[in-house]
Amino acid sequence: MSAPDLLYSEVEEELRSSVRALLGDRCPPSAVLARCEGPEPYDPALWRTLAAELGVAGLHVPEEYGGAGASLRETAVVLEELGRRVAPVPFLGSAVLAGTLLLAACPQDALLAEVAGGTLTATVAVPLSAAPGAAFPATVRADARGVLRGRVTSVADALTAGLLLVPAEGPDGPALYAVRAGAPGLGLARRTSLDLTRPLADVTLDEAPGRLLATGGPAVAALRQALLTGAGLLASEQLGLAEWCLATTVEYLKERRQFGRRLGSFQALKHRLAELWLETVGARAAARYAADTLATGGPDAAVAVALAQAHCGALAVRAAEECVQLHGGIGMTWEHPAHLYLKRAKADQIALGTPGYHRNALAALVDLPGPVG
Amino acid sequence: MESELRERIRRLLTEHDPAAAHPGEFLRARFDAGLAWVHFPPGLGGLGAPRALQSVVDAELAAAGAPDNDPRRIGIGLGMAAPTILRYGSEEQKQRFLRPLWTGEEVWCQLFSEPGAGSDLAALATRAVREGDGWRVDGQKVWTSSAHTARWAILIARTDPDLPKHRGISYFVCDMTDPGVEVRPLRQITGEAEFNEVFLTGVRIPDAHRLGAVGEGWQVARTTLDNERVAIGGQAMPREGGMAGVVAATWRERPELRTHELHQRLLKAWAGAEVARLAGERLRQQLAVGQPGPEGAAMKLAFAGLAQELSALEVELLGEEGLGYDDWTLRRPELVDFTGREAGYRYLRAKGNSIEGGTSEILRTIIAERVLGLPAEPRTDKDTPWKELPR
Repeated sequence: MSAPDLLYSEVEEELRSSVRALLGDRCPPSAVLARCEGPEPYDPALWRTLAAELGVAGLHVPEEYGGAGASLRETAVVLEELGRRVAPVPFLGSAVLAGTLLLAACPQDALLAEVAGGTLTATVAVPLSAAPGAAFPATVRADARGVLRGRVTSVADALTAGLLLVPAEGPDGPALYAVRAGAPGLGLARRTSLDLTRPLADVTLDEAPGRLLATGGPAVAALRQALLTGAGLLASEQLGLAEWCLATTVEYLKERRQFGRRLGSFQALKHRLAELWLETVGARAAARYAADTLATGGPDAAVAVALAQAHCGALAVRAAEECVQLHGGIGMTWEHPAHLYLKRAKADQIALGTPGYHRNALAALVDLPGPVG
Repeated sequence: MESELRERIRRLLTEHDPAAAHPGEFLRARFDAGLAWVHFPPGLGGLGAPRALQSVVDAELAAAGAPDNDPRRIGIGLGMAAPTILRYGSEEQKQRFLRPLWTGEEVWCQLFSEPGAGSDLAALATRAVREGDGWRVDGQKVWTSSAHTARWAILIARTDPDLPKHRGISYFVCDMTDPGVEVRPLRQITGEAEFNEVFLTGVRIPDAHRLGAVGEGWQVARTTLDNERVAIGGQAMPREGGMAGVVAATWRERPELRTHELHQRLLKAWAGAEVARLAGERLRQQLAVGQPGPEGAAMKLAFAGLAQELSALEVELLGEEGLGYDDWTLRRPELVDFTGREAGYRYLRAKGNSIEGGTSEILRTIIAERVLGLPAEPRTDKDTPWKELPR
């Protein structure tokens, strides 16, 4: 096993700069805040620029299948920057979950090239809380003609998707189906979700027509790979989010004065921020390790993902909570963007398996079993 | 570069058969071949090569069965004295001290902390007064590991009490065989005496053994202290290589001791240790490509907390056995060995991890000010002459 590369390459740093510059122009906190209660919670123009012009929709998809031929390491860098801005774009659902699922299940299918090229936005129809090791979902059933019946709750990035990838119980067991937006019998109901910048929807399938993509073992393996990849890369989003919270809080405490002193000079606050910084140092290493191991298909991927989620899920929440607390009253207002980060962080903690779920996964993976009996 | 290095290693091994040569002779030859620490300059045990290439040398020589310099026994010399001498020493000092330091023929210790100057090290009261062509030193130092085996010490002492505390300090190399040096064991909560108190009474130090300018000892000491933290937190380690592995082994061997509550705590601490290990690995990768990060202080802080959490967990896991202790006899060990003793010892010794080499509280302040750029706490002691400070 070669040593993991935990650094960022020059190419990755260039990609980061491009994404960061674009988001700096087009995704300021005020714009994110203004959009989140409106009729269109996603920013389709921003997503088009990211997907089509910067080409981030299929970074880890090989060129022969219509992608950019980079790797999940680059995909993770994009997620860091999107997390830093809580950007309202369907990158996790489309580029990460759907892209990985199609690549694993049916790379030759023309749908992959469309999704990877950014001309079609997709998501996987599972609850955002679905964890990588969970049983194959059974809330949707398919008959032999590919007609789907059932319901999937709390699906991320479905509202803006042109394509849903639906895991269902088919006549021959677990299967994956493609359902186009606008298909007869497909219903999408926007939920009022905790995270304002990644809205959720309930998907109903009432005799909706689906096209079969994979069945049996390959279908199960593809979904598991998509969820494992999603969980591992979500750590990078959580890292970016935490870094914003830390940096913003530090800047505020350097300026804000009370008791005739700058608040940042009080040791009680300095030590809290030092601890938070220490945890982000760990998060960067854990997130990079997960991205690198997933990118290289290393045998330690399951451990790397569980470790990254066990650490980064809790870190992001803590960073956002400290951001609210140390901003005092202003941190509690709707006007200040801290709440957007808190809401995203708390939802991300549940997304794709909680830290507790992933710690218990580690118990089996690294041979630390619980009490007998 | 790497092929040239391998050629040098091959030549060293041909000219000095590691199986036949006396270990000291082999180590001196290795130093003279520039293979001691390859990032040091030529002539001083190195080749001016990237630090990352050291692992190539170490691996090749270990594979050839060559003796090493037992780095754990001479950690203070290697990790703290050497980088300071390299940066601030005169050419004569470098030539005199570095070779026997590296080979382990001369052990070094550090005379910094005092009973009245711990976290506030710059308040130190040990005096160095000009006497003839040298200095006369009087004072008391504490927490000195290896003082009873050391040939030399790095020492900071006050040379001008009329200046504010940071500005009146100078940095010396002290001969531990001087008759004015008295070393007494200092017994710790573990029962052993890993450290010493050192009493300095009329100790003579020639001016040629001063490092850096008179009054600039504090800047020199900062180099030593920064290297100490890197040395404490910076060793490469496999998964479960530290305290996590010890506790995990007990957990696996003793299923009857497991409880649900301890299981959750163990998984949290294991994950914490593995994340810290990866962060250390990332730091080493950054250093290897010349992007040193501020993570050095972070590593020491993280490892101290984890060692305490894991060792405490192990004592609790052991239940009735945790009520016992292996041995309270006063001993003077040459090095700290966490795995050679039982759980109770590990629990007690780990308490020192957040105190030695900068307390965790001091490290948090350093991170907050130097890494995050937060403003310093208002202070009244910085510009006051040392002799006027309340004590």
